[in-house]
Amino acid sequence: MGNNDTILEVNNLVKYFPIKSSFFKRTIGNVKAVDGVSFKIRRKHTMGLVGESGCGKSTCGRTILRLQEKTSGEVLFDGQDVFSLNKEQLRKLRPRMQLVFQDPYSSLSPRLPVGEIIGEAVREHGIVPAGEFDDYITRVMEVCGLPSYYKERYPHEFSGGQRQRICIARALALAPDFIVCDEPVSALDVSIQAQIINLLKQLQQDFGLTYLFISHDLSVVEHISDTVGVMYLGTMVEYAPTEKIFAKPLNPYTKALFSAIPIPDPDVKLNRIILKGSIPSPANPPSGCKFHTRCEQCMEICKYAKPEWKEVEPEHYCACHLYNNDQEQKRAEQEADRVRKETKN
Amino acid sequence: MAEENKQNGKKDSKKNSSYISGKESRRITKFNRRVTKKLEKERANAEKDPALYTTKMEDPDNVVEFDNVCTYFFSDVGVVKAVDGVNFQVPKHSTVGIVGESGCGKSVTSLSLMQLLQRPSGQTVGGEIRFNKGDGTAYNIVNTPNAVMEKIRGNDISMIFQEPMTALNPVFRIGEQINEVIELHNPDMAPEKVKERTLEMLELVGIANKEGVYNMYPHELSGGMRQRICIAIALACSPKLIIADEPTTALDVTIQAQILDLLQNLKDKLNSSIMLITHDLGVVAGMADYVVVMYAGRVIEKGTAQEIFHNPAHPYTIGLMRSKPVVGQKVDELYNIPGSVPNPVAMPDYCYFRDRCEMQCDRCKGKYPPEIRITDTHVVSCYRHYEEGEVLGYPKSVNVEEL
Repeated sequence: MGNNDTILEVNNLVKYFPIKSSFFKRTIGNVKAVDGVSFKIRRKHTMGLVGESGCGKSTCGRTILRLQEKTSGEVLFDGQDVFSLNKEQLRKLRPRMQLVFQDPYSSLSPRLPVGEIIGEAVREHGIVPAGEFDDYITRVMEVCGLPSYYKERYPHEFSGGQRQRICIARALALAPDFIVCDEPVSALDVSIQAQIINLLKQLQQDFGLTYLFISHDLSVVEHISDTVGVMYLGTMVEYAPTEKIFAKPLNPYTKALFSAIPIPDPDVKLNRIILKGSIPSPANPPSGCKFHTRCEQCMEICKYAKPEWKEVEPEHYCACHLYNNDQEQKRAEQEADRVRKETKN
Repeated sequence: MAEENKQNGKKDSKKNSSYISGKESRRITKFNRRVTKKLEKERANAEKDPALYTTKMEDPDNVVEFDNVCTYFFSDVGVVKAVDGVNFQVPKHSTVGIVGESGCGKSVTSLSLMQLLQRPSGQTVGGEIRFNKGDGTAYNIVNTPNAVMEKIRGNDISMIFQEPMTALNPVFRIGEQINEVIELHNPDMAPEKVKERTLEMLELVGIANKEGVYNMYPHELSGGMRQRICIAIALACSPKLIIADEPTTALDVTIQAQILDLLQNLKDKLNSSIMLITHDLGVVAGMADYVVVMYAGRVIEKGTAQEIFHNPAHPYTIGLMRSKPVVGQKVDELYNIPGSVPNPVAMPDYCYFRDRCEMQCDRCKGKYPPEIRITDTHVVSCYRHYEEGEVLGYPKSVNVEEL
């Protein structure tokens, strides 16, 4: 893949949150929020990141933007390693990668008027000369469907949909290349959702934006994304172009997840795969394949050996022992034996 | 009034819908106090005579009948008609889905049925809610005094709330919280029997480690488990009607599938009816036999699930269906309903949806459309079907000035 085509490359990103003992503040364990995630996003494309709550999708998004430090791994934005930059360089990079939060009620300062919310960072980063500042903010607001007289108003005067537009305008005002949308529509009503999704798509076309779209609503993700990554308990279990993954999901977890999507048609009787139990604790994930405790097609080796992340079909990545070839099967069995012996001892 | 106009004219730039002068505000407060006092007095009178809250069901096969129910909130900015002339029935052994956007009055409808409105500002000012006693007579919930309501709540009608995180008390063990419901409605039951019943309920909602969970606190459980506990509490007395207010909105899709399956099975086991309140059309399609669509405090369309999903008649329902992306169907751009819901304090006197509607006809200029029956079960409030259907009647609003 040409370097120019890829805007973001994530290699083996790991983010652990230490658990401290209450008295001596010693680290007694780690919450493995993100545990070895790799993917690439092409310029002007949208990648959807789906999974249950607590599977690490938001942490992944925030770590990519370096809103928190990584544990290991690397994130290349436009060929630059985000984590090797010093403060000054990072400041220069910040306007190019932006974030839209889930909850438009708590992510806007109640004390600032809308014009200032959108304009604060523009002034700070010197995106436009001071003379053009007002016109620029008006223009950005118009693009996002906000009339210019809203500038003087405060966030509490707006409905959820309008607030989310303000959040998008705030991100867009810095002329970014890449926006992480962290569940931008889950707090909104269906008809308002449609407005915001259409707006995001329109902006992508007009400004050549790249999105990382984090959501648990699969129908929305299918509508907006070009590629989809499925996460489970901090690891990515499947990654493929949207049509492929929805037409033929490979991993048993993806299958179960997709089968649970409610379809608005009373005549379609769902063939749901009901997963038993709930997601295990990320502080103490199961050995081997993390999904084996709830998997319908669980085999003996799944309990001990970690499945490899590989390209099962062209452009369709998956981590599951079901798709092992002979060589990989052998390696997995060896690893399983080793782990079994270790646990016995 | 003249003074207010002058003031508005002077500060034209500040003029917006939420602006109220001090004089107006004082008038509203005075009015609210007078009306709510009067309504509370009437309610106190009803307590003396059971005849005031006993009626007859229109159709004995229904569990609940809503007949022109009006629930208003007397707020500081004016009267909010949260539910304004709502008409629908919940038949026995069936699931009725109530769909609508936030603020359309679907939760207030169910709270009116439970009499859990925040009084005195929230009042059911008109109409009847008939709840079937099973012996030919019915309670009119609107006038039922609190003492009787306490026996109905949890026993005959129970509710599952949206947020399983906040619906449980964090300082009591799970077992105690379920025991409480059973003890309250069966005061003669021996403590061992109560515990037995609680464990039975825990097993019924699919909790494997029932003895362990009995002694746990809510924070030790995941969201899905907590929702199961809420369901166990709601079903502990085998109610005739279960109100599920967005039972799966706070949960993941995989857990949602588990909970919906559970509800469906338990409904059949206990022979109850479900009132399922949600904004997710997909959930309704999978669960409901009948669907009621609400908009701005009124029912705009109701019918069987097949009719509503295959043959939606109201422009709002049609718009709602088209604005939701569906897995497996590729569209370039999602439909979005233009505009937003009208101001709840000052509702227009014509069709509430007219300003957002793309299918208007000449009749729409007139007053709010009547209920029009298209088929036996399918009723819609839209003038587009005025000719083809049978006109049932206009929704009756209560004039608050006369109260």
